[in-house]
Amino acid sequence: MIKGKFIDNLPKVYGIYTGGFLVFIIIMAIAEQAGMSAKMIGIFFVAFTVLIYALIGWLSRTLQTDAYYVAGRQVPTVFNGMATAADWMSGASFVAMAGGIYFKGYGYMALLVGWTGGYVLVASLLAPYLRKFGCYTVPDFIGTRYGGNLARFSAVIVLTVASFTYVTAQINATGTIASVALDIPFEIAVYVGLASILMCSMLGGMRAVTWTQVAQYIVLIIAYLLPVFWISNNIGAGFFPHFMLADEVARIAELEGQFGFVKNSAADLATVPKGLAGITKPHSSVNATPWAFISLAVCMMAGTASLPHVMMRYFTTPSVRTARRSVGWSLFFIFLLYSSAPMLATLSKISLMDPNLATGIIGKSITEVQALDWYQNWNQAKLMFVSDFNGNGTLELNEFFMKGSAVVLATPEIAGLPYVISGLVAAGGMAAAMSTADGLVLAISNALSHDVYYKIINPKAETAKRLIVARVLLVLIGFAGATIAALEIQGILGSVIWAFDFAMSGLFFPLVLGVWWKRANAPGAVAGMLLGLISGTAYLVWVRSGGSGFLGITQLTFGIVGAAVSLVSMIVVSLITTAPDAATQKMVDDVRVPSGKTILGKQH
Amino acid sequence: MSKQEQHWEKTRNLLFITLAIWFVFSIGIFLFGAEMQESSIRPFGYPLTYWFTCQGSLAIFVILIFWFAGRQEKIDDEFGFTEREGEQ
Repeated sequence: MIKGKFIDNLPKVYGIYTGGFLVFIIIMAIAEQAGMSAKMIGIFFVAFTVLIYALIGWLSRTLQTDAYYVAGRQVPTVFNGMATAADWMSGASFVAMAGGIYFKGYGYMALLVGWTGGYVLVASLLAPYLRKFGCYTVPDFIGTRYGGNLARFSAVIVLTVASFTYVTAQINATGTIASVALDIPFEIAVYVGLASILMCSMLGGMRAVTWTQVAQYIVLIIAYLLPVFWISNNIGAGFFPHFMLADEVARIAELEGQFGFVKNSAADLATVPKGLAGITKPHSSVNATPWAFISLAVCMMAGTASLPHVMMRYFTTPSVRTARRSVGWSLFFIFLLYSSAPMLATLSKISLMDPNLATGIIGKSITEVQALDWYQNWNQAKLMFVSDFNGNGTLELNEFFMKGSAVVLATPEIAGLPYVISGLVAAGGMAAAMSTADGLVLAISNALSHDVYYKIINPKAETAKRLIVARVLLVLIGFAGATIAALEIQGILGSVIWAFDFAMSGLFFPLVLGVWWKRANAPGAVAGMLLGLISGTAYLVWVRSGGSGFLGITQLTFGIVGAAVSLVSMIVVSLITTAPDAATQKMVDDVRVPSGKTILGKQH
Repeated sequence: MSKQEQHWEKTRNLLFITLAIWFVFSIGIFLFGAEMQESSIRPFGYPLTYWFTCQGSLAIFVILIFWFAGRQEKIDDEFGFTEREGEQ
C-alpha cells in the first residue's frame, strides 16, 4: 500500500491514520450502545491514542544529529504547520481556554488575539531568517550571531526558565486527564503522562516529535470540533456555529440582565471548593479597559515570537520559503481551534442558562439539579458545585460553580451527547498536552545537550555520545518537570502565561535585533537577556508578594517590564561597546538573503 | 546601492506594511473596543468587537501571513535571491 520514501507518502499515511481514527470512534460508539461502561470507553480512547503515538515515536528512532535535532530539515510546509499547531496548542488551549472565555468574557479573549497575532511577528521578523541561519536550537543562533559562550549560555538560561515553567503546566495537564480517564490518583497519573511523553521523543528527537505531533493534531482538532458542531445542532443553534450563534450571544446577554450578577458574601464563597468559579462577568460586552486588553495581548504576541519550542519547528522545513509559508499554515490550523473556543463557551453557557432549553439548570430547584446524573459525576470529580445561598430552593446564576476545564470536559455530557464524545475529548486533551510537553522537553534538552554540552563543555564529543547525552537530559528534565508538576504550585493557565512573559523578557529583543540591527553586539545581547529576565522576574515576585505594581502591569503582563528593560539595556550597552567585527556583519547580511548556503553547516 | 541593499530595503518596507496592518488589528482597534461594540456593523449578527476577538482579527492574521509570504517571494525572485531546489 505504501511504496517509496515516507516523506513522499505523507498525505496517504495520515489519510489512512485519520480514517482509522474515525473508524475507532464509530466502533467505540457501537460499543457504548452495546453496554460498554463509560469508564472503559475513556480508558480505551486514551490508551489507544497514546499507544499509536508511542509506535510512531519508535518508528522514527534515529542515530543522526540532523534528524535528531531538526528532523533532517525535510518536513513539508503543510505538515510542519500541523505539527506546529499541535506543538503550540497546549493543554491550556484545549482544556482551559473555552473555560476562561466562559468565565471572564472579553478581558480573557485578549489571549485569543495575542496567541494568533504573535505569528505575524514570527513570520515577518524571525522564522525565515533563523531558518537561513541553519541553527539546531535558539541559543545556537544567539551564540553564533553574537559570538561567545556567555551569550549562548544566557540564552540557554532564559530558554530553560521559560520552557520549564511551561512544561510543568503541560505535565500537570496530562496528569489531570490521565487521572480522570484512567481513574488513577493524580500523583501516579503524572508519571504515566511523563512516560507517554518520553516514549514519543526519546528515540527519535525532533523527527519523532514531528510525526507524533501531526498525529496528535489530527486527534485534537477532531476532538474539539466534533462536539462544537454536534452541540450546536443538538440545541438547534445552527449547523455551522461559527456563523450562526449571534442569536445565542444576544440571548445570553438578555438572560444575564434578567438574572443579574448577584455578588456572593465572603462567607458563602468560602464554602465553594477551591478552583471553582461562578459567572460574574458579562459574556460578550466589553468588560476590560483598553490597556488591560492590549497589554495582555502584547505580552502573548511577543512571547509567541520568543518561545524556543515554536521557533525550532521552523528549523525543520526544507527551505526559507517553506519556513515562511509554514508559519501561515500553522496559524491556519491554530485558527480552526481558536475560533471554535468562544463558540463552545457560548454553547456551554446557553445550555446551562436558558430555561427554555431542556438542559438549562438556572431557575430549577436545587434538589432537581442535585439529582442530575451528570451533576453528580462532575461534582464527585470536584469540577462542579451548587449551593442554595439565599435559601429560596431554586438555583440562581450566582449559586452555580464549576472549574474552567469543565466547559470543555463536561459540556458534551450536559448537552446530552453520548459518552463516546467525552472519551474523545479526553483523548484530544491528552494529545494537546503531550504534544506541547514533547516540544518543550525537547527544546530544553536540545539546548543543554547541543549548546551547553557540545558547544561549551566538550566540543570534540562524537555524534553517538552527543545523542546519548541528549537522551539522558531529556529523561532527567522530564522527571524534574513531573516532580514539580505533582506539587501543583500554580494553575495550568497561570503557568502558561508566565512562560510567555519570561520568554518575552529575555529573548524577544535579542532575537529580533540579532537579525534587524547589525550594530547589536555580544555585550548588548547578554545585558538584554539577563537584565530583561531579572527585572521581569523581580517585578513578578514584587507583585506576587503584595506589591502594588505600576502602570496597571499585573503578574500576567510582567513581560512588558522585562522586555522594556531588555530593549533599553541592549541598545545602551551595544552602543557604548565596540561594534561587531566585519565577519559578523557579513553574517547578518547573508542571513537576510534567502538563497545560498546556510550560515551553519548541515552537521555542526 | 548594491543589489543586496536594494533587496533589503524592499524587504524592510514590506515588513513595515505588514507590521502596520498587524498593529491595527491586534492593538489599534481594541483602543476603541467599547465604541466599536455599539456600532451598527454586526458581522454575522455578532457585536463588532466581540466578532473581532473571536474571529475577525484571527482570520486577518492568517490571510496577512500568506499575503506577506507571497510578496516576500516576489521580492526575492526580483533580485534572483530565491533558493534553488535542493540547495541547503
